[in-house]
Amino acid sequence: MSTTGIDSWAVDLADVAAVYPFQGTEVLMVIVGVALWIGWHIWQIRFENRQINEEVAKMRQPGALKDAVDKAAHRQDALE
Amino acid sequence: MGSNLDALTVIFTEFYYWLTVALMFLIHVGFCMYEVGASRVKNKMHTLMKNSMIIPLVTVTWFFFGWWIYWAVPQWPFGSGVIDPDGFAAGYTPWSNLMGPNLEDRISGVFWAAFLLFSWTAASIVSGAVIERIRSGSFWIFAVLVGSVTWSIDAAWGWHYGGWMVEILGYHDAYASGVIHAIAGGAALGILVVLGPRIGKFAKDGTPRDILPHNPWLVCIGLFLIYTGFWGFYVACNVPIISPETIGGQITGETWTATTIYLTPTTLSAITVNFLMSLAGGMLAGYMVSKGDAFWTYSGGLAGIIASSAGNDLYHPIQALIIAGIGVVFMYKLHFWVEKKFKVDDAVGAVAVHGYAGFFGVVIAGFVLNGTPSSPYEGYTAINPGGNFLGAMIMFWGLGFLPCWLLALLLNSMGVLRVPIEIELAGLDLSENEIIEAKNFELHKASVQTAAEHG
Repeated sequence: MSTTGIDSWAVDLADVAAVYPFQGTEVLMVIVGVALWIGWHIWQIRFENRQINEEVAKMRQPGALKDAVDKAAHRQDALE
Repeated sequence: MGSNLDALTVIFTEFYYWLTVALMFLIHVGFCMYEVGASRVKNKMHTLMKNSMIIPLVTVTWFFFGWWIYWAVPQWPFGSGVIDPDGFAAGYTPWSNLMGPNLEDRISGVFWAAFLLFSWTAASIVSGAVIERIRSGSFWIFAVLVGSVTWSIDAAWGWHYGGWMVEILGYHDAYASGVIHAIAGGAALGILVVLGPRIGKFAKDGTPRDILPHNPWLVCIGLFLIYTGFWGFYVACNVPIISPETIGGQITGETWTATTIYLTPTTLSAITVNFLMSLAGGMLAGYMVSKGDAFWTYSGGLAGIIASSAGNDLYHPIQALIIAGIGVVFMYKLHFWVEKKFKVDDAVGAVAVHGYAGFFGVVIAGFVLNGTPSSPYEGYTAINPGGNFLGAMIMFWGLGFLPCWLLALLLNSMGVLRVPIEIELAGLDLSENEIIEAKNFELHKASVQTAAEHG
């Protein structure tokens, strides 16, 4: 027995419907997929929070923000 | 596929939609280039990633629930059951065996994909308006809301042969002036009023300042690519070939035809000519009203198509040309009035090009096509000005502005909507730029050392 339910192609294709493996586990696959999607958002928000906090801390060092603004302006000028 | 003719029809339709998907991919490429070009150097990578991640996030959510919503709610809450698509909803749950390789169904997958590309477009329209200050994590929640929920509901109601807006209101919007563009423009406006303008956009006396694109070439090429992808968009809005028997409505005889999404007859030729004439009308008007500004001339072309799209299945080409031109003048004037009056900083003019032009397009179609049947089925209200005006209000304000405004208020109250002021000033690519600088410095040191060794 194959994982797809197809053991031979010696069949009338009019009688064949779904051909993917592990049919019957669709609901479980959806649960896993939705969990992965929501988990990604949670991970991303945490990652972004961490990165933003680090950047803000750096920019609050004396003179850091002014330097960064100057550098950004320099890069913009260099391109124009 | 019982006969050879059936087989050819199915395979042609399958290939037809597949081709539209490949073409529509260019819309997204165009949006990315356009947004990145419009941003300042200090924000370009953030802008790129914010838009790019729409692709995976809207794709998975469109699979999990967006597609099902489209088939589940056309008759909810006001339909009378003239057409009952409930059977489709059961077929398009994410656990349905029609969602995987299935030899009994060769169309659903490509049709799903064509609709998905519309979803990316809806979310991507919003993306441009909010660049250079929104947090990516927040934006991606909006992207899922617009791309896989609200647009899906509006498409079910007003862009489905069984949608209650079509049946009860006589709503007609063949190439999605309202169901894609007005809703996305409204959504962008809903976020913008909470998000606020970029630092420096307005002087202390309220006068708006121009924040120029760092790469105007990229902006223009991006818009050109959006035009190109738009061909796929238009073609995907049609059913390529169908018999009156399959439609099962009031059409008599045996003449097969292409139809709109409402299954009302049109031709590929008609929409091709009208697409080009509305593009022309939009560019001509954009050039004139902006006094030759490249950005607004290109955007005018896009807005012109959008302004005529609701009725481009039926308009005469000169009607498409004129409607496009008037729509562009309308959206251009309204953009600058709203900017000045309400201090709304729409970085790429997305609310105007998509929202105002889309709204205008739906309303005008109601007048110009007044009295024309909205559907091949019995019992549907004919196209009329009141129905299309109400439809435009539902698209822009009801399903566009309102949900995103509420979500923006929520995210803002949680402090996650906008980046902190320090990062906005220094640039959203701060971390990336530090890494680049460190790598460049290391390379420079190595080069200096090598040069010294060679005298």
